Amino acid sequence: MSDVVEKTLTALPSLLSFDSQPGAAKLSSTSKLASLIRGITELTSKHEEEKLIQQELVAIKDQVSSPNTSMRQMKELMVRAIYCEMLGYEASFCYIHAIKLAQQGTALDKRVGYLAVALFLHESHELLLLLVNTVLKDLQSTNLIEVCMALTIVSQLFPKDMIPAILPLVEEKLTHPKEIIRRKAVLALYKFYLIAPNQVQHIHNKFRKALCDKDPGVMTASLHIYLQMIKENPEGYKDLTGSFVTILKQVVGGKLPMDYNYHSVPSPWLQIQLLRILSLLGKDDQSSSEIMYEVLDESLRRAEMNHNITYAILYECVKCIYTIHPKDELLEKAAKCIGNFILSPKINLKYIGLKALTYVVQQDPKLALQHQMTIIECLDHPDLIIKRETLELLFRITNGKNVTVIVEKLLDFLRTSKDDYTTIDLMGKVAEVAEKYAPDNKWFIATMNTVFSLGGDLMQPDIPNNFLKLISEGFDDGEQDRMLRLFAVDSYVSLLQGEPEKLPQRFLQVISWVLGEYSHLREDLEPATVVRLLAHVLDLKQASSETKSWVLLAMTKLCEGEAAMSVLQGVSETYSSSMDTVLRQRAQELQNLHLNPELWARVLPRDAFTEPLEVDSSLSFLDGYVSEALAAGAAPYKSPHQRQEELAQAKAVSMEPYGLSLPISMSLSSLDGRQSPTLLSMSSGLSGDSTDHSHKAGTTTLKLDKVKRVWGREGYLAQRESAVVEVPSPVHSADQIEEVGISQDPTPPPVADQEKQQLASSLFVGLGSQTSSSLMGKSEPKHQRLRKKAKDPVSSSEISKQTSNSIFPPPISVDNLLCNSNMDPKKSLPSCTQMTESSQGSAAANGTCAAEGEFTEGDVQGPEPSLFRDNRLTIAGSCETEEPVGMKDLCLTSYLPADCIGANHSEFTPLCSSHGVHLSACHVHKDDTLVLLVFISNSSNSDVHQFIVQVDSGDVEVSCLSESPVEELRCHHVEVCQYSLTAKRPSVHLEVSGLVSFNMPDRTPQTTHFSYKLPLPSFIRPLELSTEEYGTMWLAFSHDTKQNLTLVADVQDSLRATLDVLERKLHLHVVAIIGMEGIVACRLLPDQPCLMHCRVHGGTLAVWLRSPVPDLPDCLLYHCQRALQEV
Amino acid sequence: MITFVLMVNRQGQTRLCRYYQSINMSRRTALEANIVHTCLSRSRDQCSFVEYQESKVVFRQYAALYIAVGITEDENELSIYELVQNFVEVLDKYFSRVSELDIMFNLDRVHIILDEMIQNGRIVETNKSNILAPLNALDKMADG
Repeated sequence: MSDVVEKTLTALPSLLSFDSQPGAAKLSSTSKLASLIRGITELTSKHEEEKLIQQELVAIKDQVSSPNTSMRQMKELMVRAIYCEMLGYEASFCYIHAIKLAQQGTALDKRVGYLAVALFLHESHELLLLLVNTVLKDLQSTNLIEVCMALTIVSQLFPKDMIPAILPLVEEKLTHPKEIIRRKAVLALYKFYLIAPNQVQHIHNKFRKALCDKDPGVMTASLHIYLQMIKENPEGYKDLTGSFVTILKQVVGGKLPMDYNYHSVPSPWLQIQLLRILSLLGKDDQSSSEIMYEVLDESLRRAEMNHNITYAILYECVKCIYTIHPKDELLEKAAKCIGNFILSPKINLKYIGLKALTYVVQQDPKLALQHQMTIIECLDHPDLIIKRETLELLFRITNGKNVTVIVEKLLDFLRTSKDDYTTIDLMGKVAEVAEKYAPDNKWFIATMNTVFSLGGDLMQPDIPNNFLKLISEGFDDGEQDRMLRLFAVDSYVSLLQGEPEKLPQRFLQVISWVLGEYSHLREDLEPATVVRLLAHVLDLKQASSETKSWVLLAMTKLCEGEAAMSVLQGVSETYSSSMDTVLRQRAQELQNLHLNPELWARVLPRDAFTEPLEVDSSLSFLDGYVSEALAAGAAPYKSPHQRQEELAQAKAVSMEPYGLSLPISMSLSSLDGRQSPTLLSMSSGLSGDSTDHSHKAGTTTLKLDKVKRVWGREGYLAQRESAVVEVPSPVHSADQIEEVGISQDPTPPPVADQEKQQLASSLFVGLGSQTSSSLMGKSEPKHQRLRKKAKDPVSSSEISKQTSNSIFPPPISVDNLLCNSNMDPKKSLPSCTQMTESSQGSAAANGTCAAEGEFTEGDVQGPEPSLFRDNRLTIAGSCETEEPVGMKDLCLTSYLPADCIGANHSEFTPLCSSHGVHLSACHVHKDDTLVLLVFISNSSNSDVHQFIVQVDSGDVEVSCLSESPVEELRCHHVEVCQYSLTAKRPSVHLEVSGLVSFNMPDRTPQTTHFSYKLPLPSFIRPLELSTEEYGTMWLAFSHDTKQNLTLVADVQDSLRATLDVLERKLHLHVVAIIGMEGIVACRLLPDQPCLMHCRVHGGTLAVWLRSPVPDLPDCLLYHCQRALQEV
Repeated sequence: MITFVLMVNRQGQTRLCRYYQSINMSRRTALEANIVHTCLSRSRDQCSFVEYQESKVVFRQYAALYIAVGITEDENELSIYELVQNFVEVLDKYFSRVSELDIMFNLDRVHIILDEMIQNGRIVETNKSNILAPLNALDKMADG
């Protein structure tokens, strides 16, 4: 390395001398730019700099808007503005002028205009749109330099939405005779691929042409696209493995022109790029890997020259060899290579060697053994970055045998670390390995104590959360659990007796919780002593109110009997008048429970965690209260989701131009669907649907904020569970491994002193496996000391889920008091009232629904649920309000026509009602049609005559299926009309409207209108196609739309899961799933096809819909979005 | 991937900066100050790679001028270290014996050269004659 520096220094002597620079003098010393530069070089303080730049900005501003400024001057102004921005002063007034310069300038002036644009603006800057025309013009210019400039800016920064405008021009340049233009066009397409991959899908074969371009520069540029595409979908490009290998062979063999060499190494960065591509292709693929062995061997051999750049290639080569399907011979060479790096006296090489080793030990921990002495030396290296990298390596080889030594090393580093990022990172690592491999309880508690003390409040909250969870849930062995908790209690008591003011808040919270929960295990420890210690924490100046609330809670748990009466009273009095509501609440709880031991015992039973919780998630105990409140005229509860929709609807009504683009009709109808009382929900009684209740519960738990975190997020808990399942897989006898490990050490350095040897043997025990041949298999012995109880994973995760949702959290939960006080019937009332009131409040606030007379849950929850109650609401024409009819449990299902019984029918929706005649409807999905059923029931005591029902629609083709129209409706009778529907044109929701007219027994005519809305998916049916048919159809269709949708998260194959949801909910047909892409087809009744292409890209699902029918893709996309949102 | 390229002198003044991820002005100033501090405090025999928050910084010193390149974890430090050298060699070829003052007076040209070499955080060209071709053409146009 130093030789290179020296070479550089001799080559660039002028860098040393600043004043004796003749080159600078020739620049016009009178120019404004020159004086700015001179000003900058003479700066001595930040203050001066600010003054100078502010002056400069004023001057630029003056000049830039003057009409007399020439383009040459403008260029200079832009460079000056670049200077200002570089020093951290915004010059946003120049942005528009930069665009102007790019537009109007020529040659270098124009280029500087483009440069300024690239430096000033970001990807989504609005001014960027103004650039599109300029780029368009320059792309068509006959001046190659201008074309070059345009392509350069396009490959740096271009508005995503405008890509189609220039895409054909850029594509055209792929066949340009000049190689620089072709190269830049490829780079522009690479940019497009990065920001809008869908747009360039159709030119994939042109990428292949670029890959085979005779100019190495063009080929190199195309590799960027390939690396990206292969990263996303390695399966799709396996056929190119051979080509990449051939290219690498030629490069390594020196077939490129000389000017591609760097220090006589042929195009090193190209080699690195190719090696990266190969390792992606060869990963877990033996046949592809086999093609590469030869060239990898060749690369290793060629790169023996002593230069940094060859080491960079070697590093990439080694990584590749350890990533692809293993070959012993190559692995051996690669291992030797790593050895050379690590042993090198050059520090940069040592670093890269450690990095390589860290990567490799994950595949082959044995390799660390060979270099143990070097690793130990690196641990004490004066350079922090080397030390840090070594710790990273040690972290990877941690096992049950060496955990104590490694954790000690990590903690040593933590103690000296000043960098927050490093601290947070290492903290998590220590906690992880400590939990995984702790040899005994005492060590575990002591280690975690150090982590908590050192980590302070920087620590990620999941570390204390996990720790508490571990302590409370325990492990396999009851006695062990007790011991662990005892250790914790002992250690915390002594910490509090020491200097609690030095402990961080998080640690104090953990301590309070553990003491509150488990200090009773130590029988000789008086609760009063603990209470006093805790009271001392409360008095600490630095104790945050969050910590205080944990402490108060712990005290509440300990307030049994006469213990420390005076202290407790004092505390509860002090905090009963606290400004902090949470603290006040806790103090009240403490006071009340202290005075009522019976209630205390019920609310806070000991060791209750072991017993499964029974949670009434439907909150049925509130039913009586809710129905009372409803009877008294309270507005029914609405879920947050529902409220939000109403809010969106309200926005739509207010015509806010850029509001949520939910058309009114859609949200209305979706409300319809949700709220209409169904037979099912009626029979399930008052509890209603459980999701709504879980929302309710959610709001109560939210109120209790802060402390709830102990229980972690649901997702995390689930993850822990899965870890538990796979853990108990002890490999071979650990002792055996140890023996093997030590005896396998091939070169025990004789010079190393005994201490280091000792450290080495303690660090590297348990490494190396007997199955050394299976290098790829992770043979890292999983030795887990702290195994969690092998609970039924489902039940325990359920419990944790319930914990977060339920109104009855587990008794040890910190937020249980408020909730549990509900057990006291007197107390339960106010909190319920509060809850309902708040929901009423919000319902009223956006109660558009109630005002428009939609159906509400009140119908479901009313004492006498009736399908037709309150259905005056949807009647459009009738001016009189009907008395609710007490028709009991009318079961419309029994009136379903015979051919519709098996089919999938929707909920029954009341349409209208007039003078005892009630209409309701449902639709039935059949393979080739959608059938609308209108049920007409007469609940009055007299017959109705001249009955006419007309159904019509602008959106839908309606044909009547019933043979004879209904004319008379006898009393207490139900008639059914059947209509077959097909969509005339697609729309998000299709509406059918109708008219009912009849004569009352007294001959007075009555007319009532109704309408019925059908979501588009009712008209969608799967379309069975082959992939080939799909391909031809795809090209033929003209109407398309594209969007990114959210994927179904937290599943392994998210694409499959997402498509399954769409298939199920929207009746689409999944034609094929290939790698990260899927194709889906469906038809709109009767026979209008719509095709969908999906691709997983960067965590989202990029979908592209095409159809011959206008609007169909858009409407379907809307429903896809909705379907996925509901998951 | 490369996240930024920074040139600073021994006094800690920025001579060139180019970011490949969007970053706001205040964070930028803080980052530059920190990087300058870190680089200046390192001695010759120490490693040329340092950690800065979640990214790595590769730096190289040329007399009074430091060039620091921010990279992500998956990048190859040594190859970036040599890329810096390549960049300086290109500058040297263009300015024939480049100096700090050349860079200051020709900030636009240095940027144009850098744009040819790195785009979107990727190394797009390392061939010296290819890198300089567009700029040389522009200069010729200006002269002629």
